[in-house]
Amino acid sequence: MTLLLDGLVEALRLLLTGDGEVWSILLFSVTVSATATLLALVVGVPVGATLALARFPGRSVAVTAVNAGMGLPPVVVGLVVSIVLWRSGPLGGLEALYTPAALVIAQALIASPIVTGITLAAVQSVPAAFRLQLAALGASRVQMLAVVIREARLPMLAAVMAGFGAVISEVGASLMVGGNIKGQTRTLTTAMVLETGKGNFETALALAALLLLVVFAVNWALTWLQQARAR
Amino acid sequence: MIARCLAALLVTLALGTPGHAASKTVILATTTSTEDSGLLDVLVPAFERKTGYTVKTIAVGTGQALALAARGEADVTLAHAPGLEKPYVATGRLRHRRLVMYNDFLIVGPAEDPARIAGTTQAVAAMRAIADRRARFVSRGDNSGTHALEKSLWALAGVEPRGGWYVEAGQGMGATLGIANDRNAYTITDRATYLAFARRVRLAIHVQGDRPLLNVYSVLEVNPANGPRVNAAGGKALADFLVSPEAQAAIRVFGVDRFGQPLFVPVAGAREEDLR
Repeated sequence: MTLLLDGLVEALRLLLTGDGEVWSILLFSVTVSATATLLALVVGVPVGATLALARFPGRSVAVTAVNAGMGLPPVVVGLVVSIVLWRSGPLGGLEALYTPAALVIAQALIASPIVTGITLAAVQSVPAAFRLQLAALGASRVQMLAVVIREARLPMLAAVMAGFGAVISEVGASLMVGGNIKGQTRTLTTAMVLETGKGNFETALALAALLLLVVFAVNWALTWLQQARAR
Repeated sequence: MIARCLAALLVTLALGTPGHAASKTVILATTTSTEDSGLLDVLVPAFERKTGYTVKTIAVGTGQALALAARGEADVTLAHAPGLEKPYVATGRLRHRRLVMYNDFLIVGPAEDPARIAGTTQAVAAMRAIADRRARFVSRGDNSGTHALEKSLWALAGVEPRGGWYVEAGQGMGATLGIANDRNAYTITDRATYLAFARRVRLAIHVQGDRPLLNVYSVLEVNPANGPRVNAAGGKALADFLVSPEAQAAIRVFGVDRFGQPLFVPVAGAREEDLR
C-alpha cells in the first residue's frame, strides 16, 4: 500500500520537477498513438461504412474478419511486423525496424480493425428508412455515404477513443518493433516494463499514473466533443 | 483533414527512417542485465559522442540476442553465455569474440534454507542438494545467459530438473526474483540484478564465489555474410570501444555510487582460463 502512495508521489515529482525524459516519453507516446489512430481512421472509416452499406458476395466473411480483428492479439502483430521489417525481411530495405515508423505501423494495424468494426456498427445503426429517403431525394452514392457518416459521427467518436485507448496502452508489439530504445522508441508502456525489470517500482507506478492520466484526458476531451455535439 | 493526417505520417516516417544515413546506425543486441543495471546508459552515450554513430540497443535474453545477430539483424552483440556463444563463433556467423567484463552469479533462497546449502562452497553440490530435497527452485526458463548457466550446473550435477518443485518462470531476472521471493524458493541470479532488488526481496545469498558461477560478458561482431545491410564497420567500432581503456575505466567504477560496490570487473585483454 505504501508502495502505491510512493508511486503517486513519485509521479507528481516527475511531472512537477519537469523531468525532461518523462515529458519527452509522454509526448512521444501520444504522438505515435495519435498518428496510428488517425491512420486507422483513414482506413477504417471508408471500409467500415462500405461494409455497413454495400451488399456483395463474401460480405459476411469480411464482417466476421473485421469483428475477429477487433481482438487481434498485439503480440501477433508485433511478431509479423518485426519479421516483415527485418533486414532480411521483404521490407528490410526501409530500415524501419526499431524506429518510430515501425511503432506507428504496428499500432495502426492494431487500431484499424477496432475503428472499422465500430464504424460498421455505427453506420448500420442509422435507420435504413433514412437512407431510402436520401435516395428518393436523388442523392448520389458518395453523397449518401457522406451524409450517413455525418449522422453516425457521434458513435464514431467512440471508435477514436477505443482505437487510441487500445494502442497507447499496448506493450507487446511496441516492445518488439520499437525495441524500447532510450530517446528513440521508448513509450510509456515499454518504459514501465523496463523500470519494473530494474526494480524501480516507484518510477514504474509513476509512469502508470501518467498513462492513466493521458487516457483519461484524451477520453475526457473526446467525450466533451461528443456530448457537446449531441446537445 | 485526411491530407493533414497523411502528411503527419509521412513526416514521422521520414524522421524515423534513417535512409541512406543507415551506415551511421549500429544495432547492438544484448542481454537485459546490461541495460537493467544502467551500464549501457553510461557506455552508449560515450561511444556516440566519440564516434558519431547512433546506437540502437535491443535488450533481450542472450539466446535471442545471439540468434538475432546470427541472422544479421544486429551488427554487434554483448552476451554472457560462453556455452551459447562459442558454437556461433565456430560456424563463423559471429566473430572476433573478446572478453569485456565479468561479475558473478549467486545461488539465493529463503533464509530458512530448507535444502541446507548455506556454506556450501561448490555450486554443483548445492544444486544437487536442492534437487535431492525437492526444495522449490525457480528457473528463468527463457534461454537467457542465466538460464544457460543454470542448465550447465544441473548437467554437472547429473540432475534432470523436473517435477512440482521446479518452476519455470519464462521471465526476466527481476520478475524471477519476485516469484522466488513469493514462493520461498531458490533461484540463480546475477549479482547486479540481486543488488537492484535487494530492498524488495528477502532472499539470502547461500552460495557464491565458485568458479562455475563466474558470469563472463563478451562482445562478438556479426559476420556481414549473415544477411543484407549488416553494418560491420559500425559493429567493429562499438566492439573496439567496449574493450578500450576509456570504456574499461567506466566499467570499473560503475555502480559504486548506488550500491557501494562496482557491479562489473573489466577484463578486456585477459584470457578466459585465467579468470579467478
